[in-house]
Amino acid sequence: MSNLEAFRQEARDWIARNYPQSLRTPLQVESPDTPWGGRKTRYDNPDVQVWMDRMAERGWSTPEWKPEHGGAGLSPDAARVLREELRAAGCRPPVFSFGLMMLAPVLQEFATEEQKQRFLPPIARGEIRWCQGYSEPGAGSDLASLRTRAEDMGDHWLVNGQKIWTSYADMSDWIFCLVRTNPESKHGGISFLLIDMTSPGIEPRPIQLISGKSPFCEVFFTDVKVPKENMIGKPGEGWKIAKRLLQYERTNISLSVQSGTGGTPSGKSLAQLAKDHAGESDGRIADAHLREAVAKFEMTSEAIGLTLRRVTAESGKAGPSAASSITKALGAQHNKDKYELMLEIMGQSALGWDGAPFTGEEIEICHQWLRSKGNSIEGGTSEIQTNIVAKQVLGLPD
Amino acid sequence: MGLVLDSEQTLLRNTATDFARTRLPVTNLRKLRDSNDATGFDGAAWREMAELGWTGMLIPEELGGNGFGHFGLGLVIEALGRTLAATPMQSTVVLAGTALAQAKDSTVATAALARIAAGQTVIAFALDESATHRPSHVATTARRQGSGYVLNGLKRFVADGHVADQLVVVARTAGSVSDSAGLSLFLVDGNSPGVTRHRLSMADSRNSADIELKNAEVPAAALLGTEGQAGPTIERTLDAGRILLAAEMFGMAQEAFETTLAYLKQRKQFDAPIGSFQALKHRAVQMYTEIELSRSVLYEALTALDEGRDADVARLASVCKARLNDALHLITNEAIQMHGGIGMTDQVDVGLYLKRARVAQASLGNAAFHRDRYAALAGF
Repeated sequence: MSNLEAFRQEARDWIARNYPQSLRTPLQVESPDTPWGGRKTRYDNPDVQVWMDRMAERGWSTPEWKPEHGGAGLSPDAARVLREELRAAGCRPPVFSFGLMMLAPVLQEFATEEQKQRFLPPIARGEIRWCQGYSEPGAGSDLASLRTRAEDMGDHWLVNGQKIWTSYADMSDWIFCLVRTNPESKHGGISFLLIDMTSPGIEPRPIQLISGKSPFCEVFFTDVKVPKENMIGKPGEGWKIAKRLLQYERTNISLSVQSGTGGTPSGKSLAQLAKDHAGESDGRIADAHLREAVAKFEMTSEAIGLTLRRVTAESGKAGPSAASSITKALGAQHNKDKYELMLEIMGQSALGWDGAPFTGEEIEICHQWLRSKGNSIEGGTSEIQTNIVAKQVLGLPD
Repeated sequence: MGLVLDSEQTLLRNTATDFARTRLPVTNLRKLRDSNDATGFDGAAWREMAELGWTGMLIPEELGGNGFGHFGLGLVIEALGRTLAATPMQSTVVLAGTALAQAKDSTVATAALARIAAGQTVIAFALDESATHRPSHVATTARRQGSGYVLNGLKRFVADGHVADQLVVVARTAGSVSDSAGLSLFLVDGNSPGVTRHRLSMADSRNSADIELKNAEVPAAALLGTEGQAGPTIERTLDAGRILLAAEMFGMAQEAFETTLAYLKQRKQFDAPIGSFQALKHRAVQMYTEIELSRSVLYEALTALDEGRDADVARLASVCKARLNDALHLITNEAIQMHGGIGMTDQVDVGLYLKRARVAQASLGNAAFHRDRYAALAGF
């Protein structure tokens, strides 16, 4: 115990000396200062990089990982203490990336020791930014029908095909890909391949969305040579790995959706927004319909928040909690509901696309409203999620 | 204590579920209904529940209870909800018990609490005066007369009102009909002169009564707490009642859902179990989702009651009751629809869950009431 308390003091002192003052404010959703890491990412605030580097040097971005994997080799208790101190000091995460949240857990589970030592440290240090090559134009909800081919050429894999909806492919250094190594077997012919985006023959093209933004890309592969040692697991084991990775992705989506349920992008509550736009009478939202709608939304927020807390508590005990299966679709619907409610409250003020007289926040709400429509599509549509719950949790027959 | 049950709580819930299934199964309610039973509950089972300590869970040891708390009681009531067990738990243990426990200096209250713990009495809580829950609307008056009071008014839809030995009556000692101030609580003998009770025959076959107070005289000792200051006690009583009624509804929701899910797997049409059809699968997942959200808010509300987080209790009571109202509304309707024609018959149980659901939904505040209250508590 005294060792732990000594470590707590050490961590507290180090944080006080090393956490950049300019990062004291909380990180906003989709901020340009999101610490994605990688060679191409540029931040508005250079201190994002400073904090990433300082934490990386101590291995504290991934404190429980082994030192040879880029971590600090801390015990779970020490890592908990470190997280508590970071939270108490209001620190932003040093790294927030798909590599860290989605790829790393499956590398820990399925990769060889050599692969771990090669790929994990740059993820921990934020040096390499990863993107996810899953969906294809003909393989959306039916992901396993994917057709991007990886041919065995003896000393390398030769990859040809196309991926789509690849988040930030144009900003990423590497891509983890599902490829077809055997056309004869639908699920058993899929393999999991790591590809350097600087390889000749790869071309990412951003897709403009209804929100006006381009967070997603198409990625074209034309005769791309990939070293044999870049495959995780054996040929044909890709589907198993892909499904596990999707579990991490969905958990992350539901957690990030939850963190955004509070209110407007600047943090104003929906109740205050309704009072400001639709009027106030005796301290209450004047319009009884809006009042009830806001109350219903906030009550659901509480229920989802408590359910996520329960899922976390239950997952500690015996495997993943059954309730975790519903949080992704639930969070997606709730975030969509939030933006529709904001539109109802704000009327045409929330539909300004650009420029005066609209405020930055009004324009942001308009774009985020459109962006939110993707919540129930990305990472497995809500319909697919619902099918999975019906089968795996409720045991309903095919 | 918290969002996840520990081993002691799991054991209690399992014990209570076994008791409900063996001692008070749905056939018990059918028997009470079909024989037009005068008391409307099984007195022998009620005494057994007292022996198990369940009637004394909210009552401290020095007053004859065991102080096990709201979370434990919630688990028992959840289990009883699964079989639609007709017991005086809600009226006597939760509502009257909570109201009486606030009157710390009253000797009649402490005596009543000891009898509740021992399972020797039924006490009803008489507040509402209309068909919808309007707790601030109290027209019943208590006027000082001699050393005591005289009560006049009409109380409606009082659970277990016709069989209660005593009634905790909310009456106005000052102010006008919709004032929240000026309310007082009285412990009134059910058989005293001036008290007329009309048993109501309700769709859920459970006990309910209208109670007319016509110049009903009570002694000064019948006053619980300070005259005109009962507001906070009433709020506290209602919030405990709302949360524990939600616990009963949560048990009902799970049972109705599980019964329906089993039917979806068993019933075949077009040579396939109907549960293989996506139109029904997705609606089943919707019900499951409602149950999981309900579980989270219920367990948090029960925890808040035991931890004495008063500000949280009021808010969570409304979150909880509104959510269970909506969840049970959906699940009971779907249970009938998914059972098809057989769901319309008296022979299968789902119809009984539907009937009890709507009475429970209307009791202690419908969803709109609780959304408005939540907004008021949150300052909007």
